[in-house]
Amino acid sequence: MAASETILSVKDLRVRFRTLDGAVEAVKGINIHVNAGETVAVVGESGSGKSQTMMAAMSLLASNGEATGSVDYRGRNLLTLSKSELNKVRGAKISMIFQEPMTSLDPLYSIGNQLIEPIRRHRGLNAAEAYEEALKLLRLVHIPDPERRMKSYPHEMSGGQRQRVMIAMALANDPDILIADEPTTALDVTIQAQILMLLAELQRKLGMAIVFITHDLGIVRRFADRVYVMRQGEVVEEGEAEAIFVNPQHAYTKMLLAAEPTGHKAPPPANAPVLLEGRNVEVTFRIGGGFLAGEPLMLRAVDHISIRLQRNQTIGIVGESGSGKSTLGRALLRLLPSDGLIRFGDRDISQADRQAMRPLRRQMQLVFQDPFGSLSPRMTVGQVITEGLLVHEPNLSGKQRDLRAVEALREVGLDPNARNRYPHEFSGGQRQRIAIARAMILKPKLVVLDEPTSALDRSVQKQIVELLRKLQADHELSYLFISHDLSVVRAMADYIIVMKQGKIVEEGPTEAIFSNPQHAYTQTLMAAAIDVTRFRLSA
Amino acid sequence: MLRYVLRRLLTAIPTLFVIVTMAFFLMRVAPGGPFNQERGLSPEIRANLEAQFGLNDPLWLQFVHYLGNLLRGNFGPSYNMPDFTVTELFAKGLPISIQLGASALVLALLLGSVLGTIAALNQNKLGDYMVIALATAGSTIPTFVIAPVIQLLFGLTWKLLPIGGWGDGAFINKVGPVLTLALPQIAIVARLMRGSMIESLRSHHIRTARALGLSDWSVVVKHALRGAILPIVSFTGPAAAALLTGSVIVETIFSIPGVGRYFVDAALNRDYTLVMGTVVVIAIFTIVFNLIVDVMYAVVDPRVRYD
Repeated sequence: MAASETILSVKDLRVRFRTLDGAVEAVKGINIHVNAGETVAVVGESGSGKSQTMMAAMSLLASNGEATGSVDYRGRNLLTLSKSELNKVRGAKISMIFQEPMTSLDPLYSIGNQLIEPIRRHRGLNAAEAYEEALKLLRLVHIPDPERRMKSYPHEMSGGQRQRVMIAMALANDPDILIADEPTTALDVTIQAQILMLLAELQRKLGMAIVFITHDLGIVRRFADRVYVMRQGEVVEEGEAEAIFVNPQHAYTKMLLAAEPTGHKAPPPANAPVLLEGRNVEVTFRIGGGFLAGEPLMLRAVDHISIRLQRNQTIGIVGESGSGKSTLGRALLRLLPSDGLIRFGDRDISQADRQAMRPLRRQMQLVFQDPFGSLSPRMTVGQVITEGLLVHEPNLSGKQRDLRAVEALREVGLDPNARNRYPHEFSGGQRQRIAIARAMILKPKLVVLDEPTSALDRSVQKQIVELLRKLQADHELSYLFISHDLSVVRAMADYIIVMKQGKIVEEGPTEAIFSNPQHAYTQTLMAAAIDVTRFRLSA
Repeated sequence: MLRYVLRRLLTAIPTLFVIVTMAFFLMRVAPGGPFNQERGLSPEIRANLEAQFGLNDPLWLQFVHYLGNLLRGNFGPSYNMPDFTVTELFAKGLPISIQLGASALVLALLLGSVLGTIAALNQNKLGDYMVIALATAGSTIPTFVIAPVIQLLFGLTWKLLPIGGWGDGAFINKVGPVLTLALPQIAIVARLMRGSMIESLRSHHIRTARALGLSDWSVVVKHALRGAILPIVSFTGPAAAALLTGSVIVETIFSIPGVGRYFVDAALNRDYTLVMGTVVVIAIFTIVFNLIVDVMYAVVDPRVRYD
């Protein structure tokens, strides 16, 4: 890009939020500028203020937020414009796409209706002309069968398609600047790659500047001309993208670049005992049906899957959303009814009911993705992690339980004094440690880890991976590690199962899968992941 | 959709049957009967009356007879107002109660929604506090206090409205009762609307609409309001069934010849046929309005599909 005229210039921007605990400063006086046609990345982990910076620039802050400083767009300060003047800039000159493709479109209006509205508003076209423009936009973002899609509602489209529609809406009025706030984070890796390709293609065609707000260094490296690294509301480093990658100056930038989980897991000895075995496991969901409602639709979420997990082994189950990987994990723990044979140790648990499973539960534990939703907000950390002991070791005295809590918290690297506090006082990474302590306190043999690192910042992810590995080594644990994140799976698992639409498309030792993927789907997955998520900081 | 409505109407038949059966037998479990109260009837007359109305038959036979009559649309004669059949009583009173209830409902929905929206748009500011204060007052002051106050102020002091009576349905006679019926409902709708509007305004697609530079009118009315209306729609079903079948308090205080009083009077007098008639009418209203609400859901929200 030859253009060098500065079109957006953020000066001494501060963003404050009034909260019950007093004012919180989310952005602390930063300076950022964007030149015509260039791609700027604002990089940082959660809480760095990278999103709030752009929300402030667009006057989209929550009602308890206020911004000071100046946001200069072609000579006008956006922070002081009247609402009607501002609305001539928003959506026309500067537009924005968001992280949440599933909820960012209005569920009650058709795609066509939502596309036509900003076109008519900013360009004053009549309905028929705007309809034609909207069709053109859908073609531009490669939505198949655009005439039919105009009448579709958001819930009838996939996440990737919705994000394409968002992009179409943002580009409807040929903006100078497109702000993309984590545009691919909520999408599967193969879809991420497609959306990024689309953005790059559109930028070549239309020549707008793009501001990427992202935690994903892969995006930055491939797309950005210049980078701002943010941390706790401040810009700690800025410069040409290439320079930052080759020669990072600030310690924080260096840490981000080094945050990729590394290391490998050696497979267990071939004669290690088999802890969990599933043969031809099938899970079928019934959708609809009932009195006078006709035949239900049968959906096979897990389709004839066989799996053998040895002691001290980690099997990584990889697949995109909807591939059935979580369902498989739950079925193997008998948390969902399934067909086929399931053995745990030397017991056939294929048909075991709740009662029969209860004594076995302490040996098989589960850690979930969402560290915010999976801990009861009304129980102290101590109560949360010792709850299982009440069921499985009812003879323990309160004092003994407390000692076990102290021990478990130490084991996951938390201060034992934390046990009298409540989950909301902890960060995402600490909460995930609490969830792990809750599983470990029962001294299980098998732990199913369902995306345990996906909701965490990359630097925290690395710590959790290391913790899980240490616990495995100390206790000879077997893990089922469910994840869409190939770099974490690579560091954790010695064996990998790749799932698609409920079926296993490929399986084998980790290094074999990574160095020589056989199935076309695995290859796409790898290609997309290596390109995009290599340097991801968080999810 | 048609299939769904048909299915719902078919499932209404067993529901009604269960309601009628339970009401019939529960009524008979209660001690006393229509003709053995402080009427001073001589035993012969009472025996004659009971024989004439079939009250000496075995209970199951009475039930079979009642069901048979009901299927033919015959609710039977009222025991306490022997000049009228139950059907005639409803034919006279129900239109009056429906007029009052429907006016109150429409008023409550319109005014409540507007107030709730104003409160949501001014969250934690003066407008919000005023609406909340009004809503709290509306839902805490009982109807039997509001009605006399309206009568006192508008009727006696300012002489703007008649104190009571139906006046053959003159507009001026309806104002007092409709206001009394509507006030608590306005309060409920306003509170519901405020809550769901606040949530709606915070949703991601509203952020999108603002980021696209759409006008405030479009953001609030086209995008936020339509999403916020769903809780109001579900509230309307039971509220309509309750309002349209009359209110004993309002009809008594304003001397309105509606059907609201029947339920209480009939239950006290063991007027079996009138109680059963009231039960059937309220049940049908409830079932029909809940069905209408579910259909409205599909109209407002394209994600709701019935098939």
